[in-house]
Amino acid sequence: MYTASDLRKGLKIELDKVPFEIVEFQFVKPGKGQGMYKCRIKNLLSGNVTDKTFREVDKIDKPDIEERELHYSYPEGDHYVFMDPKTFEQVTIPADAVGDQKYFLTEDLEVSILFHNGRAILLSLPSYVEKIIAETEPGVRGDTATNVLKPAKLANGFEVGVPLFINKGDTIRIDTRTGKYFDRVSKG
Amino acid sequence: MNPEFQPGSAERLMRLGPVLGVRSKLLRVIREFFYDRGFLEVETPVRIPAPALELHIDAEPAGNAFLRTSPELHMKRLLAAGHERIFHMGPCFRRGERGDRHHPEYTMLEWYRANADYNDILVDAKSLIKQVASDILGGTDLVYRGKEISLSPVWERITVADAFKLFAGWDPSMKFDADRFDLDLVEKVEPQLPQDVPVILTDYPAEAAALARRKPGSPHVAERWELFIGGLELANAYSELNDPAEQRARFEDCSRQRRQLGKGAYPLDEDFLASLANLPPSGGIALGVDRLMMLMTDSASLDDVLPFRV
Repeated sequence: MYTASDLRKGLKIELDKVPFEIVEFQFVKPGKGQGMYKCRIKNLLSGNVTDKTFREVDKIDKPDIEERELHYSYPEGDHYVFMDPKTFEQVTIPADAVGDQKYFLTEDLEVSILFHNGRAILLSLPSYVEKIIAETEPGVRGDTATNVLKPAKLANGFEVGVPLFINKGDTIRIDTRTGKYFDRVSKG
Repeated sequence: MNPEFQPGSAERLMRLGPVLGVRSKLLRVIREFFYDRGFLEVETPVRIPAPALELHIDAEPAGNAFLRTSPELHMKRLLAAGHERIFHMGPCFRRGERGDRHHPEYTMLEWYRANADYNDILVDAKSLIKQVASDILGGTDLVYRGKEISLSPVWERITVADAFKLFAGWDPSMKFDADRFDLDLVEKVEPQLPQDVPVILTDYPAEAAALARRKPGSPHVAERWELFIGGLELANAYSELNDPAEQRARFEDCSRQRRQLGKGAYPLDEDFLASLANLPPSGGIALGVDRLMMLMTDSASLDDVLPFRV
């Protein structure tokens, strides 16, 4: 159990069996009153952020949370298979824990997965992933300075806006936080 | 935070000229204010055998004694000995209090008047705040965290009962619930108090004012008020309790509750309790000088006004 004085940004706690992360906290204590910790907490299952105030005397559950660094292997039905590079153990993660991040998976991609009570709840990708453009209008030479984007698609169907000079077969980096084009790695 | 700007870093200390200037001026303005009104500045022991017994204030142990959490008990003994107008400005120490508005060691200003009550203290407080603002900022209008505030002429006064009925939907003076009181005060009442003028929140439930006299005719309520300016809690004032039997009973009740919460017990200050028989009806107040600095310098945190944090 944590005591309220253990609370800090980034700490993972459990309330009514749900894991949360402390996103912000502030110590307040009215004159002659009890100390309190006003927190913004993020539900690690739903992603929702809410406010919660803990009293100085409160005890808070520690969640059974484990973070593992895994490498992506391949898809299998409604699961995705990852491998632990240290133990070579195969770990299957349900599609709903991966969500739309599935478009950014590439073979051997190093990811971080959060497990709660042994169940995968959150997949964290690296900030950028490299992907090959499968479909787009032919590139226009010389147009490297404008901000105009044209539509493009990856082999897995993901749509991304790219600069006019990008060609089919080019490898680009996509920012996984925004889903947007970041830069070109190599020409096809 | 950029490590260069950590409290105490050489780089930050070099840039702290303006803040140190305001602080130095503030200490002088406060002292002159009280000297001009015939107050004695007194000093009381920092390391004491019996700190004031409060449910939620924990004293820092110092060997087989404690660091004072307030000069109150000694100042009241001076009052009881006939020194009728006294003030004290110096460090006080509290365990487990750290945040933007709290630091384990901080500077408290306390002043007391014999043969006076919390209304007389309010007159002092209004004059002091206006004097401080005029001398430091050149006037009584200021901006704090984007809020325009006028320190003169209007100070809003609202009772705890009215404020809670209005902003939290219940009356704590009728049936007191300590947890709900503290939580609602911080979450609902304080944020909805007027922010453009100083606010006096007054007549707290007796359960929330251990060292204050009950209001004649309204025993559920104590003669205690708190000053809020721009959302900052600055001061706490009482008509001081001077009934030795009632004070002892409150200390013993407080000890019991502290033990139930698993907090350390403190010895009772018998010298203080004995002096109460000679304490005239008095008014007293504790004001946070570092928080007043925050107001004067438009700072969101003590980090911006304290040269060092420990």
